[in-house]
Amino acid sequence: MLQKIRRTAAIICFILTSLLFFDFSGILHHWLGWLAKIQFIPALLALNVGVVFMLIAMTLFFGRVYCSVICPLGVFQDFVSRVAGKRKKNRFTFSPALHWLRYGVLFLFIIAFISGLGLFVAFLEPYSIYGRIASNLIAPLYQWVNNLLAYFSERINSYSFYSVDVWIKSILTFVTSIVTLVVIAVLAWCNGRTYCNTICPVGTILGFFARYSLLKPVINPEKCNECGLCSHNCKASCIDPKAHKIDYSRCVACMDCIDRCRRKAIKYELRKKTSRVEIGISPQIVGKNSNSRRNFLSTTALFAVATTLKAQNNVDGGLAIIKDKKNPVRLTQITPAGSFGASNFTQHCTACQLCISVCPNQVLHPSNRLASLMQPEMSYERGYCRPECVRCSEVCPSGAIKAITTSDKSSIQIGHAVWIKENCVVKTDNVSCGNCARHCPVGAIHMVPDDANNKESLKIPVINTERCIGCGACENLCPSRPFSAIYVEGHERHRII
Amino acid sequence: MKEKNNRNTDRRKFLKVLGSGAIASTSVFYGCKQTNNFSVGKSDAGNVPIDKMTCRITPNTGDKVSILGYGCMRWPTRPKAKGVGDVIDQDAVNKLVDYAISHGVNYFDTSPRYIMGLSEKATGIALKRHPRDKYYVATKLSTFPDDRQLRSREGSLDMYHNSFKELQVDYIDYYLLHGVGIGGMDAIKERFYDNGILDFLLEERKAGRIRNLGWSYHGDVAVFDYLLSLDIKWDFVQIQLNYVDWKHASGWNTNAEYLYGELSKRNIPVVVMEPILGGRLAKLNDYLVAQLKQRRPEDSAASWAFRFAGSFPDVLTVLSGMTYLEHLQDNIRTFSPLEQLTNEDLVFLEETAQMLLKYPTIPCTECKYCMPCPYGLDIPGVFAHYNRCINEGNIPKSIQDENYRKARRIFLIGYDRSVPKLRQANHCIGCNQCIEACPQQINIPKEMERIDTFVEQLKQGTTL
Repeated sequence: MLQKIRRTAAIICFILTSLLFFDFSGILHHWLGWLAKIQFIPALLALNVGVVFMLIAMTLFFGRVYCSVICPLGVFQDFVSRVAGKRKKNRFTFSPALHWLRYGVLFLFIIAFISGLGLFVAFLEPYSIYGRIASNLIAPLYQWVNNLLAYFSERINSYSFYSVDVWIKSILTFVTSIVTLVVIAVLAWCNGRTYCNTICPVGTILGFFARYSLLKPVINPEKCNECGLCSHNCKASCIDPKAHKIDYSRCVACMDCIDRCRRKAIKYELRKKTSRVEIGISPQIVGKNSNSRRNFLSTTALFAVATTLKAQNNVDGGLAIIKDKKNPVRLTQITPAGSFGASNFTQHCTACQLCISVCPNQVLHPSNRLASLMQPEMSYERGYCRPECVRCSEVCPSGAIKAITTSDKSSIQIGHAVWIKENCVVKTDNVSCGNCARHCPVGAIHMVPDDANNKESLKIPVINTERCIGCGACENLCPSRPFSAIYVEGHERHRII
Repeated sequence: MKEKNNRNTDRRKFLKVLGSGAIASTSVFYGCKQTNNFSVGKSDAGNVPIDKMTCRITPNTGDKVSILGYGCMRWPTRPKAKGVGDVIDQDAVNKLVDYAISHGVNYFDTSPRYIMGLSEKATGIALKRHPRDKYYVATKLSTFPDDRQLRSREGSLDMYHNSFKELQVDYIDYYLLHGVGIGGMDAIKERFYDNGILDFLLEERKAGRIRNLGWSYHGDVAVFDYLLSLDIKWDFVQIQLNYVDWKHASGWNTNAEYLYGELSKRNIPVVVMEPILGGRLAKLNDYLVAQLKQRRPEDSAASWAFRFAGSFPDVLTVLSGMTYLEHLQDNIRTFSPLEQLTNEDLVFLEETAQMLLKYPTIPCTECKYCMPCPYGLDIPGVFAHYNRCINEGNIPKSIQDENYRKARRIFLIGYDRSVPKLRQANHCIGCNQCIEACPQQINIPKEMERIDTFVEQLKQGTTL
């Protein structure tokens, strides 16, 4: 029963959280946005005290149900492990906790967390790992299905579906997602919750609290015949049937053992006073672990080769060929309005890719810079930061992008436009243009005669950088290709104008 | 919409012109088959008559020309097997031409400019498969505003001789000075006089390599009047004529009523182009379609426009750029034989035209003279989408409109579906290079800006 409740809740949570990464229409976030905001590390980064307190209280009460219900990566591993379990029954054995690894990783994680080393945090944090897998590897499938529906919907003259561009936003992040997916899937396939109980910092932190949880599965030694069935089915490998003991710091409260036990010797009940856990080290287990590590290394090598998917430009005979725009080299990266600037952004962002998944204008994509690797960065080759949209700020769970309104946005300067004379079509093609000025939402660009003495001469754009908000409309709509004649240089710290 | 009313005769006079013209020309024009009985009803929808096509006879060469002429500007295309872009689907062209000829169509009008310059060759290949006396072919001395070399004497001669090669013929039945009037008097002087090319063409007519010499006209009416005032015997003239342009020509174009009247006065046969305005008179809004269907439930909206053009007795042939067999069949039915419009019908079509003008559609006929836009825009695509949304009532005027949300969604999603994002109106830089090319005198950059502003308002939800 308990297992069924856990499973149902986990499946619902998992699907809904995943949908956050798939839904590009922005409708679901309105209803389900909170699912991302109750994730542990994002809540911690957002200084969302209420949520952190609630999660800890929950753990103190029920054990690590967070790991088996709320955490999408945890549920994902359960899924993989379940499939593996179909092929080989009773495949787990008790293994002692790898304290040095767990606490070592946690220690490094805390150091990185405090010193604002986003990359390290992003690599280990479970929600972000899942976010990257979902948005890089699963969302494209979802979008393809959507595009197929859009294709048919177009043919029956319906407007229920519209097609979206599917593109690799960053090769590096794409490859990273594949590698992490494979590593975690292999670990889950072989050893269940290995990642959760050896690497995951959230698992370690919550495990610490779970030791003292009010409710927990307890083995009744009088009923137990030491058959070991519970232990063989414990994906956390934390039940020692001989000693009738469970390592609660690793137990994710999945309730599988309760259901498994034929003698109903395990009950989910109030903790007993003397339930102190003792763990011995068995050399046999260590060997097994190293085996999985070898597995892991070989699979990583396998995936070092990346495949590229390139959306084709549709060009008809009577139409001029349009070159793809290229991202210019920017001295300072551009971060979304609401993030206050690069330093605040990198410190808070866990690179979960949620904002990238929802950006309807294809402005956000994972960064390739070392300091902000995989964290979102803005560029305007495919679209620009449109005035009516503040979706990234609405969905960000970790406080890296604070919620803003469209009117806030119209006065936040995230960068400023720079004109490159050599690229401007007024100069190169000798035609009148002014597309940048025409589309500037804040009127920061004016067209002035190229020759000050000749009012009839072609007009060139001049930028009032004080009024420019850095939205990139000018850069995106500039006819000069592949490099625009006007581009946005980011601001270290955003200003209100 | 601006009108050129100064030369308009009123409706009574128009009917008189039509009537008297019919009487005067009966001696010259008559059907190719003596079965030309106007009271005969149209045959079943599925049945396409093969020997009932109405024909007209030219006064100078005695050509028996089918009233339905094939415009070779819109041949079917398919994507290239290799690389980007489209090529003409020659098999499909052959099929269409075979079908047309076997159903009595014998006039084919092409130009070195059409379909990225591929039309002449494709038309030639298809026609070559038929006896030379079974068809009349028309082509043009085109204008390439961007290329001075092609406007020089040598360039023009090359173009002229090349047409023979492409069409695989040793004489051309109908040869036209292409698009006179675009660019005004200066342009025509530079294009046809200063280089002596007009004299050359007159010589060619004498030599028999050109059987009929004429011109196609758009734009500045001064050029039209000037050419008619010359001491040259024009065998035919091609004008834009349809029930909208009759009295309500758009932009700087001249009302067809005036043009036709002047030509008719001089007994010059008229070749009609844009009889359905590039499909706009076939794709009317629901209300107007219902009006037309009420009168003749089995006839298409397009058939009204074709019958309008054909009803004028001095019209030699009505050109239609038929991409699809179904359009060809529909038009063959309309003209096999032509059932002339009654006076009542004409009044009704004039009312239809007036109602049509109340819808602010853009008068683009998708002729693609403006293409390719150097900055990649799909100009006809943008206009077509906009016009379609107007006709279907999906241009919300106010946020209070009952169907605002639905119309907004349809407009925006449909926009992305019909025109790739990079070819939409917001990429128009206003370089104005297309303005001169448009025979409908649409101020393309201005319309693009208007549509772009409209789209922005929809996207931002700031429509009033």
